[in-house]
Amino acid sequence: MNKILSKIARVGIVTETFKPLTDPELDRLGAELKAVLDRRFAGSLAIRQVDAGSCNACELEIAALGNPFYDVERYGIHFVASPRHADVLMVTGPVSRHMQAALLATWEATPEPKWLVAVGKCAADGGEFGVNYASCGAVSNVLKVDAVIPGCPPTPTDLVRGLLSLISRR
Amino acid sequence: MSADKTAAGEANFVGAERLTTMLQSLGTPGFRPEAFQAGCVGPALLCPISPDDWAIAAETAAAQGCRWAAGWGDTQGERWVVNALLERSGDYLLLRTSFPPGRNELPSQAPHFPGAARPERHTQDLLGLHFTGHPDGRRWVRHQAWDERAFPLRPGAPLAGHPLPLTPPDRHYPFASAHGDEVNEIPVGPVHAGIIEPGHFRFLAVGETVLNLEERLGYVHKGIEKLAEGRDPESLARLAGRVSGDTAVGHAWAACQAMERAAGVEPPERALWLRTIFAERERIGNHLNDIGAICNDTAFAFGYYQFSRLRELWLRDNLRWFGHRLLMDRIVPGGVAADLSEAAAAAMPAAIAGLRYELGELKPILDEGSIFQDRVVGAGVLPDRVARELGCLGYVARACGIGHDVRERAPHAPYDRLAVKAVLRGDGDVAARLYVRYGELLASLEILEECLRRIVPGPLRAVWAPASENAEGLGLVEGWRGEIASYVRFDGTGHIARFFPRDPSVFNWPALEKLILGNIVPDFPLCNKSVNGSYSGHDL
Ligand code: SF4
Repeated sequence: MNKILSKIARVGIVTETFKPLTDPELDRLGAELKAVLDRRFAGSLAIRQVDAGSCNACELEIAALGNPFYDVERYGIHFVASPRHADVLMVTGPVSRHMQAALLATWEATPEPKWLVAVGKCAADGGEFGVNYASCGAVSNVLKVDAVIPGCPPTPTDLVRGLLSLISRR
Repeated sequence: MSADKTAAGEANFVGAERLTTMLQSLGTPGFRPEAFQAGCVGPALLCPISPDDWAIAAETAAAQGCRWAAGWGDTQGERWVVNALLERSGDYLLLRTSFPPGRNELPSQAPHFPGAARPERHTQDLLGLHFTGHPDGRRWVRHQAWDERAFPLRPGAPLAGHPLPLTPPDRHYPFASAHGDEVNEIPVGPVHAGIIEPGHFRFLAVGETVLNLEERLGYVHKGIEKLAEGRDPESLARLAGRVSGDTAVGHAWAACQAMERAAGVEPPERALWLRTIFAERERIGNHLNDIGAICNDTAFAFGYYQFSRLRELWLRDNLRWFGHRLLMDRIVPGGVAADLSEAAAAAMPAAIAGLRYELGELKPILDEGSIFQDRVVGAGVLPDRVARELGCLGYVARACGIGHDVRERAPHAPYDRLAVKAVLRGDGDVAARLYVRYGELLASLEILEECLRRIVPGPLRAVWAPASENAEGLGLVEGWRGEIASYVRFDGTGHIARFFPRDPSVFNWPALEKLILGNIVPDFPLCNKSVNGSYSGHDL
């Protein structure tokens, strides 16, 4: 126990403010975000992530949002286990044809009001995989997309920026 | 027909007795493969056998202690070509058979090598080659995206296929079932509760105890083998880097190695050291991630935060020094696309020392955490016999005392000049898989230091020389999950005719079905994480 406590004491808190978010425009977005979240979602935004065919690198970067540097929960953004608890579906990958029905069912299961964010180049335009016998390509070929966060994969910072802009746009 | 050059026309088939001699002679000093009139594909000795001998060859190889390392089908002109890669003590042998179009079946090797069962089903689904005597007649990677009489990898099959407006879900897959009042059937997925890849698990449980687990994968099949056809080397490397995004370096290196061997291109010395730096950095980043995730699955939040913090710092260094957090597209045909700057070379030793120090600090915390130990020790035990039968790889195998590591047993440059020793444990449980990773972290840090000491100045990339028609190559590298095998064959225009990447997950996924037996359902996430198979790398 002593070892744990001393490690905790020495490491301290590493949570960062995002440099890209310190410019005035993004500060404003941050404030707006809070306001929008408070108004529309009672102070929090619940995200269900759906991998619809990705290579898994997008997932790694989305999961990194939970590490202590980004810790997106402090914005009231959290990832949930069920679409029934979600305000936003965050979809990655070109939609594989084998995941098409599951993605549609997940969208169906998400209560209104709901948004869909396509994350990564594959989700945006099909990426390296495109449309083929096994792939529907871009998420927009399957469902209406509200926002796109590009990148292959988008970095955690790209993801935070993308989310903030999505929410404050509304 | 030029195919005969590589497919070694059927006149030269090697019989089962000669196969035995060949296997016995492997690894003996003075053994001359030319004596068998067979060629080489990459580091593997080519052994052409008759289709009628396909099963007996497997039986012979199994009796000689070989591991079945990969299997894939191909077509050349009108003919079928089927390959099975075998390995024993670091020697690789490529069994190959070839036969005319009238016949479209081949005896299965799965009765002799259980690990071959799913790869053969994959070949069956994509190429329509039927394996007779196969223990499991069900489809595998094919759900409903294409017709059961359509075979996307056959010549002439359109890349776009004949898609329906909506691909129906695969509702009627015949899962194994059990009857009895006490048995519950628990379906999980394909959409999982966490931020992870999709797949389906079907549990049969009595109370909380797992009686049977059946995996149903193939949900992220996105046509990688077909998409590779007609690509140039540069674009194949990009695709290979996305076979499994957490193994961007491993798969890109294996594919580039295969292409380079086929084209006779030698990457410059500096590029080889850089590739090693990238590969070891990838191993470290992923092991840190997994150790943190294993802690998380035991509700040991402290461990999760510490290891995810270390991983983040590591990835930021990747970005700062090499331009990409996950090192995608840094390995290119003939070399690398990112250099080690003087600043990076100067800063890296401190980062290595820092990580080593922190790992040293965290280790006793894991060791002494009784609640943590209580969850990981004895959970998800994989018997070493099963691991051997399935041909398990990487930390899954090494946690059972099975030490195959390409870097040690079949080293390519520059590993042939580094002293890599596989990290072994014997218990086969979650704890063993975790501690093998821990040992590999420390070993990789040493390799990185060695790379920094020995890297030489020079060019980053060799000039590419287009490969001739049917030139083929095999890439074999030790990815962070274990051995990656990558096969490439060129067409007559310097483009790719066939690409087959085999991720280690192919053999580690079936192990999960075994090691979970008798454990409780709530321990499944923990057991699963300790294996961490790739879905994308498996489904292709
Ligand atoms: S966008 Fe890039 S990282 Fe994301 S799934 Fe596609 S290939 Fe992988």
